Amino acid sequence: MTLSAYLALALILFCIGLYGALTKRNTVIVLICIELMLNAVNINFVAFAKYGAHPGVRGHVFALFAIAVAAAEAAVGLAALIAFYRSRKTVQVDEANSLKH
Amino acid sequence: MSGTDIAFFLLALAAIAGGVTMLQLTNVVHMVVALVMTFLGIAGLYVLLSAEFVAVVQVLIYSGAITIIMLFAIMLTRHHRDEKERQTTGGVWHKAVAAISVIAFGLAVYFGIRRLDFGADGSALAGDNVKTIGKLLYSYYTIPFEIVSVILLVALIGAIVLAKKDGKEAGDK
Repeated sequence: MTLSAYLALALILFCIGLYGALTKRNTVIVLICIELMLNAVNINFVAFAKYGAHPGVRGHVFALFAIAVAAAEAAVGLAALIAFYRSRKTVQVDEANSLKH
Repeated sequence: MSGTDIAFFLLALAAIAGGVTMLQLTNVVHMVVALVMTFLGIAGLYVLLSAEFVAVVQVLIYSGAITIIMLFAIMLTRHHRDEKERQTTGGVWHKAVAAISVIAFGLAVYFGIRRLDFGADGSALAGDNVKTIGKLLYSYYTIPFEIVSVILLVALIGAIVLAKKDGKEAGDK
């Protein structure tokens, strides 16, 4: 397979994640969509590690770092979600509007 | 059409089908399970790209850990009126504007990557990748590796502090 096929697949997954993050109402789903976008970026790292201008395993190392940071982000995001649910009794994104009015 | 091509198309189809199913479903638990298919498809693609270690990490972290904590978060916050409520923010216009912007972004990037090719045949990664990754991580990338461990520790403590009950609330019990 060529490089552009992998990049196009990553682009499609990124667009799905972006659309979900912009339109979904449940905070858990928004967080999952962000994880999907990070996964699309990881596909790009690994694809460039094989088919890029300088092939090598450094792309894999960067993908591993990105996975670690994404895991930390998911943990903190879900803790914030639990704290928000405890104070407002809801998980809907558009009801988190205390700073807006 | 070689076997690699067929495997690529099947795995890509599984990944994209998982994502689209996730957008269509209304039950939150089903959406998370649909995403597992996407994560497993991506792990298969990593194997095709001769990144076996990243594929195993993907299965462990994404299909295992992150899915499970998302399910826990759903179960801790779920209430029954969820399924009858609307699932998306805003109205038709909001969704239409979001869809058009995302499609425009996708097309713009696609025209950039359509003909991208560096002429690499992909033979550079044959052999003992895991050993090479380990050597790189513990020599050239030692400092980033240690910083990532600090980030994970800070995220762990931060998550506990954020999710902990307030002093007043906990004192009531």
